Amino acid sequence: MQDVALEDFRQEIASWLEANCPASLRHGADVEPTEEDRQAWLEAYAGRGFTTPTWPSEYGGGGLDKHQARVLQEETARVASYAPVVSFFGTSMLGPVLLEFGNEEQKQEHLPKITSGEINWCQGYSEPGAGSDLASLQTRAVLEGNHYVINGSKIWTTGANRADWMFCLVRTDTDAPKHDGISFVLFDLHQPGVTISPIQLISGASEFCQVFFEDVKAEKANLVGPLNGGWTIAKRLLQHERAMLSGGTGLGAGRRKKAKGAAPAPKGMLAEAARPYLGGGEGRLDDAAMRDRIAQWELDSLCFGLTLRRSGEQAKAGQGPGAASSMFKLYASEMNKRRAEILMSARGSAALGWSGEGFTPSELMETRGWLRSKGNSIEGGTSEVQLNVIAKRVLGLPD
Amino acid sequence: MSLVLTEEQELIKQTAAEFVQEKSPVTELRALRDAEDPVGFSRGLWKEMSELGWPGIPIAEEHGGSGLGMAELGVLLEECGRTLAPYPFLSTVVLGAGAIERAGTEAQKQTLLPGVCKGETLLALALEETGRFAPGHVETRATAEGSGYRISGEKRFVLDGQVADQLVVVARTSGEAKDRDGLTLFLVGPGAKGCDVRRTSMVDSRGAARVVLSDVQVSNDAVLGEVGRGADVIEPLLDRAAAALAAELVGIASEVFERTVQYLKTREQFGVRIGTFQALKHRAAHMFCELELAQAVTLDALRALDEGRADASRIASAAKARASDTASLVTCEGLQMHGGIGMTDEEEIGLFLKRAKAAELAFGDSAYHRDRFATLTGF
Repeated sequence: MQDVALEDFRQEIASWLEANCPASLRHGADVEPTEEDRQAWLEAYAGRGFTTPTWPSEYGGGGLDKHQARVLQEETARVASYAPVVSFFGTSMLGPVLLEFGNEEQKQEHLPKITSGEINWCQGYSEPGAGSDLASLQTRAVLEGNHYVINGSKIWTTGANRADWMFCLVRTDTDAPKHDGISFVLFDLHQPGVTISPIQLISGASEFCQVFFEDVKAEKANLVGPLNGGWTIAKRLLQHERAMLSGGTGLGAGRRKKAKGAAPAPKGMLAEAARPYLGGGEGRLDDAAMRDRIAQWELDSLCFGLTLRRSGEQAKAGQGPGAASSMFKLYASEMNKRRAEILMSARGSAALGWSGEGFTPSELMETRGWLRSKGNSIEGGTSEVQLNVIAKRVLGLPD
Repeated sequence: MSLVLTEEQELIKQTAAEFVQEKSPVTELRALRDAEDPVGFSRGLWKEMSELGWPGIPIAEEHGGSGLGMAELGVLLEECGRTLAPYPFLSTVVLGAGAIERAGTEAQKQTLLPGVCKGETLLALALEETGRFAPGHVETRATAEGSGYRISGEKRFVLDGQVADQLVVVARTSGEAKDRDGLTLFLVGPGAKGCDVRRTSMVDSRGAARVVLSDVQVSNDAVLGEVGRGADVIEPLLDRAAAALAAELVGIASEVFERTVQYLKTREQFGVRIGTFQALKHRAAHMFCELELAQAVTLDALRALDEGRADASRIASAAKARASDTASLVTCEGLQMHGGIGMTDEEEIGLFLKRAKAAELAFGDSAYHRDRFATLTGF
């Protein structure tokens, strides 16, 4: 019975796609899509709430259950060259916590604009003095009449220079223990007192910004959850963030499905990336020392993949996670850094180009990537913090 | 196949853990060592293990076994690793019985395998001739003569060779020392004329022998498998040996890791428990991660072999490399964190360190298997 309903739904979506997906954005199109085509496609998709398919329709969402959402994803992938997306700060981070903690008015006000992409959100969490120790944040918000007046600064704010609004952690009680004086507020960035400076990294321009607040105003109505109860919301949002970063949400609608059938030969990813730089052709790499470094990385990568798989299977079997998520974060970032180092060695002087002629764009990008990878073991909790967490939570070592 | 243990595997694990902790704790190995026991383990206990069906785990039911696989044997070996139980699973079950199952005639299987399952027949593989592992290097010669062969050569590191009832000897019937072709397997009784088996005293107190073959005469019935095609039999056996050792190494590393964390929680210096020091915490957390990786790849290797997966050899090498490195890290760090007491013979950490080294160097260390992994990955 349910299958029949689901098949009807598939038909409905297929017809809808037929009517609404611009011809230039379909598989095998022979015309180049224009900017207008892309905009029309986004508007049509978001208009049905499909950019947030499982959110309730009264807040602009698609109102679909997860089976229908999967059908939507499959049908879109079948017809269109991509599924329109809007910023994940809204769809995967703020949206879910508003649905859980926001009041009716806040949901009505903010959720539809996330779905449509009308408002771009950014995340005001880290501060210059509050990195690994996030709860020690100092940005102050003081209630004056109908507004919270905010002073302070946020750093490592991704995309603040392209954002319209910020969801922000502010200190609303300076006397309480540090976790108990934090509130979660929303405010418009397009107002006097907000200064946004993009941050130049060692790898060059970046998505990161520092944001300064001087008597910036957040409407009282935009306090989410209870006053001084923001830490609970902050943590829940971080859970959504981690779930999204580990691929837990369905953002892959436009991605091609992996072809089934003959499995590809088990060739090493890094080995093949390095091969052109190491001379020689197919088969065994000539450079014995480099080959061993690559082999160690490939081996670790295989073992890490199996560890992730095992952990997932243990969770499914109700055995709880065998390994802490801290370990995954730690290992993934350290592996990524090591990979970049090995590729730098393999490329030799071709790895040293910074800009301009003499290097291919991909060579220049790899070099920037090597520099950017240094941040992997810092952002989202440093490797040292992860080791502390494992020592305390998993091994139970004393403080 | 899932990397989570099945109910049956959980049961084997539990039974094995209780059994070896009670009957073959580390003190048993120490006692055997101190007594210079000529066998190297307790035959009575091996018999008891066979009554639980352990030697027959991977052997087919028609030959007296239970027809399970490496996944089940691995669970058991991990527990043996935790107490350093020195029982001949690798020599007799994985290598000896494995060779007979793969290459033997029905008559050879019927003659030898039921005895293995009952704990009565012990086997050993006489393969290696070099120091650093080089399984392709075989100079021992078997020359056809009348209705049989005459074998001469010298084998070393023959695990449990000192007590084996039958040796599976790898000899060259044609070709040169390092050729893949031309190897043949023979069943040789240790009492055969010209066969000199001498126990060597090893660092891990396990039994191994040096076997000198001087014109040992065997009949054609002693040939195991096809003449000249021995490599086809040995290579899959070595994959199994690698995975089996990986499982034992995971057991050793897990035990040493847990003992070390416990020590960090109790040992006091400078008026505090040493586990409060971040210099030690981070190293402990690092070991935890490495162990998780070793466990996952070892589980997958055992399953890959049972499933006959195309990448089984590659994963087996990955497991042996990773488990060797992890056990080396954990036993060395474990000893260091135990401080001076760790250096004493009285403390057990040293026994774990010694066994881990022997298991690491047996049938290819991490560098050997990393190289093989790279080759099998295509670079």
